[in-house]
Amino acid sequence: MIIDLLAHLPFEWARYEFMRNALVAVILVSPLFALMGTLVVNNRMAFFSDAIGHASLTGIGLGVLLGLADPLLALVGFALLLGLGILTMQRLTRASMDTIISLSMSFSIALGVVLLSRGGNFNRYSHYLIGDLLSITPRDIGWLCLTVVLVGGGILFYYNRILLIGLNDSLARSRGLNAWWTQVLFVASIVMVVTMNLSWVGILIINSLLILPAVAAHNIARNTRQYVLLAMAVSLASGVVGLLISYYAGTASGATIVLVAMGFFLLTLAAKALRRGGQ
Amino acid sequence: MSSDHHKGIAPHECGQCCTHIDNISVTLDRHPVIEDVSLHLHCGELTTIVGPNGAGKSTLLRALLGEVPHTGSIHFHPVFRPGREDAPAIGYVPQNLEFDRFSPLSVSDLFAASTSRIPIPLGCRRSVRKSALSALENAEAGELLDRRLGNLSGGELQRVLLALSLTPLPNLLLLDEPVSGIDLPGRELFYRTVSELRHRFDLSILMVSHDLAGIAAVSDRIVFLDRRVIAVGTPQEVLANTDFRHAFGLDLENWRPA
Repeated sequence: MIIDLLAHLPFEWARYEFMRNALVAVILVSPLFALMGTLVVNNRMAFFSDAIGHASLTGIGLGVLLGLADPLLALVGFALLLGLGILTMQRLTRASMDTIISLSMSFSIALGVVLLSRGGNFNRYSHYLIGDLLSITPRDIGWLCLTVVLVGGGILFYYNRILLIGLNDSLARSRGLNAWWTQVLFVASIVMVVTMNLSWVGILIINSLLILPAVAAHNIARNTRQYVLLAMAVSLASGVVGLLISYYAGTASGATIVLVAMGFFLLTLAAKALRRGGQ
Repeated sequence: MSSDHHKGIAPHECGQCCTHIDNISVTLDRHPVIEDVSLHLHCGELTTIVGPNGAGKSTLLRALLGEVPHTGSIHFHPVFRPGREDAPAIGYVPQNLEFDRFSPLSVSDLFAASTSRIPIPLGCRRSVRKSALSALENAEAGELLDRRLGNLSGGELQRVLLALSLTPLPNLLLLDEPVSGIDLPGRELFYRTVSELRHRFDLSILMVSHDLAGIAAVSDRIVFLDRRVIAVGTPQEVLANTDFRHAFGLDLENWRPA
């Protein structure tokens, strides 16, 4: 497979299987992160996806409590529940979205910490906070492939609809779109992508990986197609560059990737300012 | 661009086609917001709803869009297919589009998102652009196709949304305070465009507006709504109605200090 072919590259890092796995994972998921990020930013859901990421802590706690060997199932389940809960609460109470999200997020972090710190064992789980590259196995890559194909295909198929609903609810409805089900599908996709990549990126920063490439592209794109393609380029470049830097610098890969993406964001911000000034 | 309910009939006959809004009531939190509103809207006619704040004007439009639960019914009766009643195809121009002003979304993206199933990131089909351009030209906005939505003025944005609401041509067009927040020349252009399109495509239009000066000139009928229909008629008739004059403070010219 491709992973084995990478071993023939004339670099030191290519000799290690975990680096080859990680590189393949990064190349697989970063375009998907970018694609979803453009919709999350457009639909003003950045804080929402942040809450989903943090809710994972409780998911892991529940998984441990239930005695599951791999907490992934509990993780997906809880994140999905929280996402749909936030959507429903917003619909029923019409309270402001950021209040509801903030409440849900504090609740799920607190519950997660309580569950995981029973008996003073929190340190055993701290790797979930900053992520661990070694956690990517060839089997995971198979799952990631499946996620990318399913979620990526679904998001692409629903892209126009999600975009329109984010723009204006009534407008979308007058064009025969059902806002509720489209939102549910979108939330489910965010949950899938976030939870599948949590263990190597880390809970603390997974949302930045979703948002930063999109925001960087947002600065300079002139239409939606440019926006998506630029976000994908930024995401892929930060992923690969960040991973290699983290190898040589001995730092956590997820955080290093985020810093590189932040660099791209500052670059596009400067480009935007220059363009403004030139006009 | 042609509306399918006009096929094979002369334009004057289409005046008979109409949308029947029957006995619409909306209750929110056990308070009646609108009660028993019935209106018959004819093709080629612009009907304007006026009323004080909280009279239920926007709620009526949202009920017609199916956004709020309501009793009563709405049917489109095509004159050339007697007995066939459908829910009308509805075009809608929202009051103000809340969106990120810095978003890269272009006018052409908005049309593609609304009228095409091909995902925008994969590109836009030429036919979609062509139909968007012709709709925009009908709404005096042809030059805006590749502009970013966030760069448009209030008036330009409303003309773009008007063009979008006419793609494809609806049986009923709803305009929710379309000119609020637009400068005077922008208002006049918007009314002129709507008025032309009404005759050209034989549209039934239902508009909510506060702009009494503007709507008197452009409307065929005015409905004075205050939870229920208080008065219906030509602009002259409704403007002369005592309840209406009272609600809008038009009686003050007769007021004398005691």
